[in-house]
Amino acid sequence: MSLIAATGLAVRYGGRRVLHDIDFAIAPGEIVTIVGPNGSGKTSFLRALLGVVPPAAGRVTRAPGLRLGYVPQRLHLDPGLPLPVGRFLSLPRRAPRDRMVAALAQVGLGDLRGQDMATLSGGQFQRVLLARALLGTPDLLLLDEPTAGLDQPGVASFYQLIEEVRRETGCAVLSVSHDLHVVMSASDRVVCINGHICCEGAPQVVREAPEYRALFGFGTGGALALYQHDHDHDHDHAHDHDHAPTH
Amino acid sequence: MLDDFLTRALLAGLAVAIAAAPLGCFVVWRRMAYFGDATSHAAILGVALALGFQISIFLGTLLVALVMAMIVSTLAGRGWAMDTTLGVLAHSALALGLVAVSFLPAVRVDLSAYLFGDILAVARTDLAVIVTGAALVLGLILWRWSALLTATLSHDLAHASGLAPDRERMVLTVALAIVVAVALKIVGALLIAALLIIPAAAARNLARSPESMAAAAALIGAASVWGGLRLSLVHDTPSGPSIVVIAAAIFLVTTLGAGLAARLRAR
Repeated sequence: MSLIAATGLAVRYGGRRVLHDIDFAIAPGEIVTIVGPNGSGKTSFLRALLGVVPPAAGRVTRAPGLRLGYVPQRLHLDPGLPLPVGRFLSLPRRAPRDRMVAALAQVGLGDLRGQDMATLSGGQFQRVLLARALLGTPDLLLLDEPTAGLDQPGVASFYQLIEEVRRETGCAVLSVSHDLHVVMSASDRVVCINGHICCEGAPQVVREAPEYRALFGFGTGGALALYQHDHDHDHDHAHDHDHAPTH
Repeated sequence: MLDDFLTRALLAGLAVAIAAAPLGCFVVWRRMAYFGDATSHAAILGVALALGFQISIFLGTLLVALVMAMIVSTLAGRGWAMDTTLGVLAHSALALGLVAVSFLPAVRVDLSAYLFGDILAVARTDLAVIVTGAALVLGLILWRWSALLTATLSHDLAHASGLAPDRERMVLTVALAIVVAVALKIVGALLIAALLIIPAAAARNLARSPESMAAAAALIGAASVWGGLRLSLVHDTPSGPSIVVIAAAIFLVTTLGAGLAARLRAR
């Protein structure tokens, strides 16, 4: 039984077709990474799964009682809004103090409840967003480009954290990345989207090879992996994205 | 006690200031300042229609403000360039209202009372309407507080939390229309937006959480009403603008104070 599934899903904005013929399902405890170039519809896919945009065709089915934890790409934090971390963690439902502290500890942060969201570093901010999602004890975490704006060690440690969370809670993880090639090594499956699903498969875990060490740097703790694209079709329209480097 | 016109004025002013405060915070957080302008300027059109069709001024402004707020809210939802659109709507509504009033038979239409408020002329029935409307707005915002706050941070996050952010936006739209209708008598169409924004902006300098900002805005709004009425009484100044002047003075003080405190901490 999959947690959430899309069958024949299409999404349109106005008259523009963003996604079509998407068949997708994610199983309990699975880590899936969605990759795709900018404008490929991967965020729209996530929004369709969340139910924010209605499908133009096909449908999205959820397991009954499914608890979703959503980590948005960014938040609109107006400077006019004072927002301590503790208050944010309690949105929209108030969370008990000990659970907030536990959730912050789980993502590797101290008791930051009194600190204003605007003063957090990029890495801390992402972790607070994750802590909020974890407070709902989700069966499925949806992450929209969670590592955008982080440097490579930051990306690696965030991915390690996700892997840890999966190990501890057993929740499934669906993560969207604009990086076509470098993905979370814990991904069970990588799905490449460009309007439709182009290809999918397991990422290639890179450990000791020096050429990859040079690419990924040291100290990433094996959190990053490569996704080798395997496109077996041609689009009948002009290509505007480029997968060339690893083909 | 309600026989005294000053008591009635003070009570009406306090009710509106306290109800406008939490709503004003959302206007600031969601950058809806111009939205408030457009809706409140449309109130003059409501006055003209109410006088023309001989219905209550309150009802006329409420209806027109509601229609205007819905139009703006819908356009915002469709992603129009809000700055320009709102500018066009705000000023067209005001101009249209002023022209419409001029067509009415020249009976006792004192336009300045609607443009700048006439708080000292609040009658008992006015007071009842104003307090009821203010309580409604305050209740609505407090009831939806957490949902509104979540939707303000992120549309998708609110959706993922099982909320309907479009419905929350409608809550703000309706609350804004009611505030415009009840505040017309207090500060007038031209200054309603000031009563929403200035106390909230002044409170921002003092607050460390959304809730404390709303509470501080309510206190500042109430103090402005009290101070403005005193000023108006002692120096015979127009009461609506006097209230806004006091609010602006408080804003200046809290802003300078916050700047000074930050500088002292940096040492």
